[in-house]
Amino acid sequence: MDFYSSSSTISRGMGEPDEPHILAVDDNLIDRKLVEKLLKKSSCKVTTAENGLRALEYLGLGADQEHSTNGNGSKVSMIITDYCMPGMTGYELLKKIKESSILKDVPVVIMSSENIPTRIDQCMEEGAQMFMLKPLKHSDVKRLRCQLMQCQ
Amino acid sequence: MEVGQLQRSFVEYMASLFREGFLDAQFSQLQQLQDDSNPDFVVEVVSLFFEDSERLLNDLTMALDQPNVEFKQVDAHVHQLKGSSSSVGAQRVKNCCVPFRICCEEQNTEACLRCLQQIKQEYLLVKNKLQTLFELEQQIVASGGAIPMVQ
Repeated sequence: MDFYSSSSTISRGMGEPDEPHILAVDDNLIDRKLVEKLLKKSSCKVTTAENGLRALEYLGLGADQEHSTNGNGSKVSMIITDYCMPGMTGYELLKKIKESSILKDVPVVIMSSENIPTRIDQCMEEGAQMFMLKPLKHSDVKRLRCQLMQCQ
Repeated sequence: MEVGQLQRSFVEYMASLFREGFLDAQFSQLQQLQDDSNPDFVVEVVSLFFEDSERLLNDLTMALDQPNVEFKQVDAHVHQLKGSSSSVGAQRVKNCCVPFRICCEEQNTEACLRCLQQIKQEYLLVKNKLQTLFELEQQIVASGGAIPMVQ
């Protein structure tokens, strides 16, 4: 069973090296489809995961994985995750990523449908790159892209 | 009906859905995401929304029918429904979720049941409206016309 799916923008044969690869994590299927489409429209390669555990597995940080060698962590330019997810919240996922020696510098963006200042502060203090309100709009993704360019 | 008339009906219908608050700006965002690489994007997302909502409404009905209602579970379902409806721009459904969550916090079964009734009505209304909208689109395309862009 596939817990995450990858898709590229228009196939260019060799694959664009400067097309950012974004891992999007959200337990809501509709939101996953939306964020994927938004990112693809902004020329990003997108992989989606339906929860924190699957995201960590994809990144090579799963419980029973060896660090770095089996993961896709080095391919990912940014991780964007929903805050409210069953099991592992986006905040907990953020912490795990920041605790990893290999992935701590990958920017992590938190999305939430709720505008709660303490929540936002908590995430920013833990090292989140940005906090965005859902539903995401095209202008939000443009901002994200600009941030990514500056990070590289 | 000739194409021009169909297109005018479409534009008017769409405008009324926004005016009457059934849809909000997020729906326009969905429409803007649709392109040649994904010409059925809006229909796909809305279909997902229908499936998701019907499942959640069933779950809510069952959860509130229990002798000992698990309000945390009810709230979780409403949170999901709020998220989905917000993401597709189904404004009136989304707005029903806010009082519903308060009733969950207050652990008031009767009030929750009233909220559920309200949400079901709003959902059926918007489903009906959207299906009508999609049918109009199909008629336009079948008559060889282009679907007008509505700002």
